[in-house]
Amino acid sequence: MERRSLPFSIFIYVSAVILGVFVLAPLVWLLIMSISDTNDLTTLPLRWLPQTLDLHRYAQIVSLAENGVGIAFLIALKNSLAVATIASLGGLAVAIPAAWSVSRAHGRLNFSLYVVVATYMLPPVALVVPMYFALSAMGALNSVFSLAIVYLSILAPFTTWLLKSNFDHVPAEIEQAAMIDGARLDQILRRITLPLARPALTTAGLFAFLLAWDEFFYALLFTAKDSKTLPVFIADLAGGRVADYGLIATAGVMASLPPVLIGFFLQKSLVSGLTAGGVKG
Amino acid sequence: MFTTYRSRLMQAIVGGAVLVGAQSLGFGALADTTLNALFMAQAAYSEDNVRAMTADFEAANPGVKINLEFVPYEGLHDKTTLAQGAGGGYDVVLFDVIWPAEFAENKVLLDVTDKVTQEMKDGVLPGAWTTVEYQNKRYGLPWILDTKYLFYNTEILEKAGIKTPPKTWAELLDQAKIVKEKKLAEYPIVWSWAQAEAAICDYTTLVAAYGGSFLDADGKPAFQNGGGVDALKYMADSLEAGLSNPNSKEYLEEDVRRVFSSGEAAFALNWTYMYNMANGDPKESKIVGKVGVVPAPGVEGKSEASAVNGSMGLGITSTSKHPDEAWNYIAFMTSKAEQEKFAKLSLPIWADSYSSPAVTGGQEALVAAAKTSLGLMFPRPTTPTYQQMSTQLQQAIHAALLKQASPEDALKTAADSAGGGL
Amino acid sequence: MMLRSWLLLAPLLAVMTFIIGWPLAKTVGVSFTDAKLIGGDVNWVGADNFARVLGSGMFWSVVWTTIRFVLISVTAEFAIGLGAALLLDQKFIGRNLLRALLILPWALPTVVNATMWRLIYNPDFGAFNALLTQTGMIDSYRSWLGEPGSALLAVCLADVWKNFSLVTLIALAALQSVPRELHSAAVIDGAGPWSRFRAVVLPYLIGPLTVAIVLRTIEAFKVFDIIWVMTRGGPANSTKTVSMLVYEQAFSFQKAGIGASVALVMVLVSSLLIAGYVGLLRRQGEFR
Repeated sequence: MERRSLPFSIFIYVSAVILGVFVLAPLVWLLIMSISDTNDLTTLPLRWLPQTLDLHRYAQIVSLAENGVGIAFLIALKNSLAVATIASLGGLAVAIPAAWSVSRAHGRLNFSLYVVVATYMLPPVALVVPMYFALSAMGALNSVFSLAIVYLSILAPFTTWLLKSNFDHVPAEIEQAAMIDGARLDQILRRITLPLARPALTTAGLFAFLLAWDEFFYALLFTAKDSKTLPVFIADLAGGRVADYGLIATAGVMASLPPVLIGFFLQKSLVSGLTAGGVKG
Repeated sequence: MFTTYRSRLMQAIVGGAVLVGAQSLGFGALADTTLNALFMAQAAYSEDNVRAMTADFEAANPGVKINLEFVPYEGLHDKTTLAQGAGGGYDVVLFDVIWPAEFAENKVLLDVTDKVTQEMKDGVLPGAWTTVEYQNKRYGLPWILDTKYLFYNTEILEKAGIKTPPKTWAELLDQAKIVKEKKLAEYPIVWSWAQAEAAICDYTTLVAAYGGSFLDADGKPAFQNGGGVDALKYMADSLEAGLSNPNSKEYLEEDVRRVFSSGEAAFALNWTYMYNMANGDPKESKIVGKVGVVPAPGVEGKSEASAVNGSMGLGITSTSKHPDEAWNYIAFMTSKAEQEKFAKLSLPIWADSYSSPAVTGGQEALVAAAKTSLGLMFPRPTTPTYQQMSTQLQQAIHAALLKQASPEDALKTAADSAGGGL
Repeated sequence: MMLRSWLLLAPLLAVMTFIIGWPLAKTVGVSFTDAKLIGGDVNWVGADNFARVLGSGMFWSVVWTTIRFVLISVTAEFAIGLGAALLLDQKFIGRNLLRALLILPWALPTVVNATMWRLIYNPDFGAFNALLTQTGMIDSYRSWLGEPGSALLAVCLADVWKNFSLVTLIALAALQSVPRELHSAAVIDGAGPWSRFRAVVLPYLIGPLTVAIVLRTIEAFKVFDIIWVMTRGGPANSTKTVSMLVYEQAFSFQKAGIGASVALVMVLVSSLLIAGYVGLLRRQGEFR
């Protein structure tokens, strides 16, 4: 191992501190805003640390008072959970057979993967007007389920693409051996391929979940009232003239908890899943 | 065997008949009806006010439940039209004075002309009715009767040695200059000039003062001449002179309230609701008891005072499955009793409320200003394509405020593209 | 064998036909009409919409804003992302903690990120102004999102903060796949740090980085949410992107026909990007 010179070591540590502060500072400020009272937040010059700890907004955001902000938040939370779960499971259900098929076709189905990649890159604005017309004609606007179906247009191609590269790593020989033993295709998939590719499945599912959790454009246009998802709820809270900065921050913190926890605990598999999908490993 | 069968059959028939009978007798209304109502989350009645008023309605009308949704003003128009395509949209929507033309053309709102009672016709201020009218039909009931007033910080004015608040816009700049020179406020005037409808409201107030107009007799743009240009010049000049807060360019009404309530500004143009929030609520304001309010000024030789019609109405959507219950709800919300009960953040639509102590008590200054301003309310253009025209104007105003173009050129560009746009 | 492959592909093909292909075809149809979003007659207007779109200064200025957003954000994400990856490839105390922290911005929902930065940039009470004035970097508070000169950059910074870590994580994984022996061999050969980076490390990095760069480019091209929350396209349209324009035309102004044609021109531009992407991937051997 090469030894580092002292100036280089100092440079490394200084850079690391700068990077750490750059990443953390905005988040810490978001947290501070959520626990400061309004007067602390609107005093000049700005106080970096609140004089009093004010946790009432966390109580407010989960309170069950009728027609209150807490109810609206909890409904949005429920919708986000439902949409992201339905959409990511649906995405997997569509993607698993497709990805396996493309992977085992050994290049004969290349074309379909091009299409998959191309569709993932289509801007939603190119699809949204007819989708609106169609959902409206079917009376299916403002429904969590419709939104999840719409999300399939993003998630199905994406998860197929991720899974395909991972299925490539499952040795086809094991599957062939089982096939010779007379196993049916669904048995092979269930007993051999999917267990072997389980980390990739988890990764793809979680990725899809995060994408659906994050989606804003379709949700803004296709939901209202009881079908709003969290991003729309937060944009409504912040986009208007609600002047309680602390409440906006609190909603932001709460809405970030699930994806941040997922990201944090699964970061290893997320990264490897992404690199395996993005890069021919 | 046979008897049980027969008795069951009888039960079914009787049960069914009772059910049908009950429904035909109108007992069906007793079953819970849920109405979805869309409101905005700022300016005028607060969310808490709307909740309290709605709770009053629910208490008086058992069996009807109201689901409230609050969106920012910026989302109100789009949410209403988008939900129109959805079967299960809203029953009751809050709409701005500038939308009835579009909503009538696109059949978003129910025509309620025939439901309006004589009592309403006689009692509600004529200016309020213009909020809900298009081509002699009424598309709802006026609810928020609002215009922009000039607010001032009495303490700052006193320190500056200013005895009376400005009567003309020129005088406002003079007084602001004194305040700035005496270092009582870095930027004495604060406005809501973000690229949004809020900027149009401030601009309209000035257009009214300068005797300008938006459209000529043929419905062609006219704001690029005369008063329309003077108004924008005034805005740009006040920024240039450092008398208007430069951040006004990204402010909406709540930002104006924050800045004014923190004592950083001597003057502010804003809606009714700011008066009691800034003057009476120590949790929201550092200048409690130091807030003065007068009608927005005029221009010498042209006007005594100025005002924009910033009112809003409550309407019933054409897709509502419960138009009768919805009508009861909006009639309740706009009733004199209810409006007088919640007259702090928005003033009633009823003429004789303005002499009722329940309304004037504790806010005499505001009511006095309202008596002048509400009679002067200047309309923004009535056209089904208002959204486009407003967007063009917002861009022109910003271009001039940011010195990308002179006020004349900016407004001329907007006028040229106001019809077609993109 | 082939039949089975197609059967397995059927669900995906159904999704792509009904929720992607059909709406896309329909968008093409709508773009040749004067359809309104709600109600009204629909008339065929030929290529009028396209002529109006392509002939309007607004459209091109919006396209230019979008391109600037893409270039600034993606370049900065790469510079910072790669730098951070090279740093994390070094050994130092706290490295694992720092690497774990990097997941936070990436996992934060976009709308929350936009909201957070809008509060940070607040011209009166925002932390950004407070920090810069208290450290003496600026004299007085500024309106970061209120000036056309700074609004787009301010939005870009928010986007970069959230997305650079994806580049870092991908690049770091690639860096760590470089065999140690190669490093040692190069050191023995007396290669300097730069030539070692070029000869040993870069070949491992270039593939993953290409994928990441093009993915980010296309995502940035579609940008809507962060701008919607932070500026709504203002001031003076200085942050209005193509997606914002489509929303405005189709949903605020109800002009579905015009909105559809703007969207389609955008698709044409982004398919150029897609073509470039597929070409690059093919060279990287992704589809072998």
